[in-house]
Amino acid sequence: MTEHEGRNVVPTDRPPEQPATLVRDFTPDLIDVGTHHLCPGCGEPVAMRAALEAVAELGVVQRTIGVFGIGCYTAFSNNLDVEVLQALHGRAPSLATGVKRAKPAAFVFTVQGDGDMVNEGLQEVIHTAARGENVTCIMLNNGVFGETGGHMTATTVIGQRTKNTLEGRNAEDHGHPILLANMLAGIDGSAYVARGAVNNAHNVALTKQMITAAFESQIAGRGFSFVEVLTMCPTGWFIDTTEAPEYLADNLAAVHQIGVLKDVARADA
Amino acid sequence: MSMRLLEGSEAIAEAMVGAGCRFFAGYPMTPFTEVLELMARLLPEAGGVCMNAESELEAIGMAWGAAATGTPAATGSTGQGLSLMQESLAEITLARLPLVVLNMARAQGDYFQATRGGGHGDYRHIVLAPADVAEAVGLVRYAFELTFRWRNPVLVFGDYYLAHTATSVDITEVEAGERDVSWALNGSSGGTGSAKLVSPLGAFKRKNQAGYNLADHYASCAAATTEMTAGVKPIVEAEHTDGAEVVVVAFGTPGRYVRAAVRSLRADGVPVGYVRPVTLYPFPGEAVARACADARAVAVYENNQGQMIDDVRLAVLGAAPVHFIGGLSLDSSGFGIAPDLDVQVMRARIEEVFAR
Repeated sequence: MTEHEGRNVVPTDRPPEQPATLVRDFTPDLIDVGTHHLCPGCGEPVAMRAALEAVAELGVVQRTIGVFGIGCYTAFSNNLDVEVLQALHGRAPSLATGVKRAKPAAFVFTVQGDGDMVNEGLQEVIHTAARGENVTCIMLNNGVFGETGGHMTATTVIGQRTKNTLEGRNAEDHGHPILLANMLAGIDGSAYVARGAVNNAHNVALTKQMITAAFESQIAGRGFSFVEVLTMCPTGWFIDTTEAPEYLADNLAAVHQIGVLKDVARADA
Repeated sequence: MSMRLLEGSEAIAEAMVGAGCRFFAGYPMTPFTEVLELMARLLPEAGGVCMNAESELEAIGMAWGAAATGTPAATGSTGQGLSLMQESLAEITLARLPLVVLNMARAQGDYFQATRGGGHGDYRHIVLAPADVAEAVGLVRYAFELTFRWRNPVLVFGDYYLAHTATSVDITEVEAGERDVSWALNGSSGGTGSAKLVSPLGAFKRKNQAGYNLADHYASCAAATTEMTAGVKPIVEAEHTDGAEVVVVAFGTPGRYVRAAVRSLRADGVPVGYVRPVTLYPFPGEAVARACADARAVAVYENNQGQMIDDVRLAVLGAAPVHFIGGLSLDSSGFGIAPDLDVQVMRARIEEVFAR
């Protein structure tokens, strides 16, 4: 770094003191393409990375099948170096059930958004949890339909502005948000249920711990595991990318509270 | 030979397990219910899995997941339940997965659903329509062969009579041919730099750019559908078509009543013929046209308002007038045990066409 008009800038008048950081250098091995088409400030790639790092670290890469729902994150289904089964909107837990029952040795996780899992396919995830299906579902919750451009979902919090609740969601007209992790924690058959977020480094680390714990729960054969990850969607929230982490903390996380809601392994200990 | 007295539902379930089916998911609905009951008993004994799905939506999803692992899988319902499954059936086809689907139909109003597809997008299913239990056993086995050969869902279109008629049938297990499942998922290709993908949005991982390419995928699906449609041999049953002045076309159980009526008319010296499409898709258009070559009129019996008649007209291409002699014929049960499923009734309707 060098000083220019009172600001630290990268010097361009001489060779760099250290090699440039390439996209490849901070891309997990299991992501084939370092670039993506998601918006700047999106939280989904961060959650995706945490999940893939956990897959690699737990040594289950060669028996992993990821089942993807339909949303912005679907873009990743075509460039991961783990096997992927692409599902329809809402249906991933049922596909994951079929995969796991047909191939019990496989390590199976789903990636879905709040629109996919809580709107379109709520019954599927509830039934899968109640069956104690030994799979892990990951829900990326940003409280909006990001792919359609910021419309209200079943997890949108009261007061949140969306394209079809321009004055903010109000309970009288639009009903109340569903707190899915809390609902699933109350179901017999779920073994591990947690809610994390990717709005700051601490929460990213915490979320990765949660995903790792959920995956370990599946590996131990304890039954259904679930991690909800609050992700930023500055495009769908109509705010500046730099404001999104704080917006997440003040709005989404105030209702969808971060923490481990159920851990059968610990309760047994 | 292993002859056993079995109801159609039992025979279909036994034939599926005998053909190698190891995953089944379903939701009860008459007259499909007995198939589910039997699969729930037979599959665990055979080392397979039967899921009592919480809904048809989930049944088809589970079957989709199992099919993606290369496991011979099946699901089904009646036409009503299949309506709920159509979205997934369309996507499963575009994901190029093998799956056998049973429609234990009520009456024959699901011909369009079966042959045109009730879902979105550009796809086709192979459709097989047995007229009796023995034929159903053979077609169920054939369905598993076809679905793996073409990596495309195959629908077996049965009905209430077929499900609930007990017949002595041969259900000897047949050796399934070699099935290529190199495309199927089991996790093992992860981390190799070429991990597999099974997707209705495009079957290829992309290493040089993000996202997927729908145009390429849809073009390859269309080419596969064209090849399949040309490659599946159409099947028909035909009788007395030589010199027939009137040829009657019917499918499934009603075909047996039409056949009996035609035989009875022939015995009385009336020159009528009978043709029954067994493959509803690909529709045996050329065979139907050949069977009707000498006819001055063609009659179509269906237990609906007239659906297959469109395909018969396309086959005959104006060479002879095509008359509809079927119709909705439901008793209060709603299951298609219809008052006009009667040889004398059929005979009278055929004579009416003959007299024109």
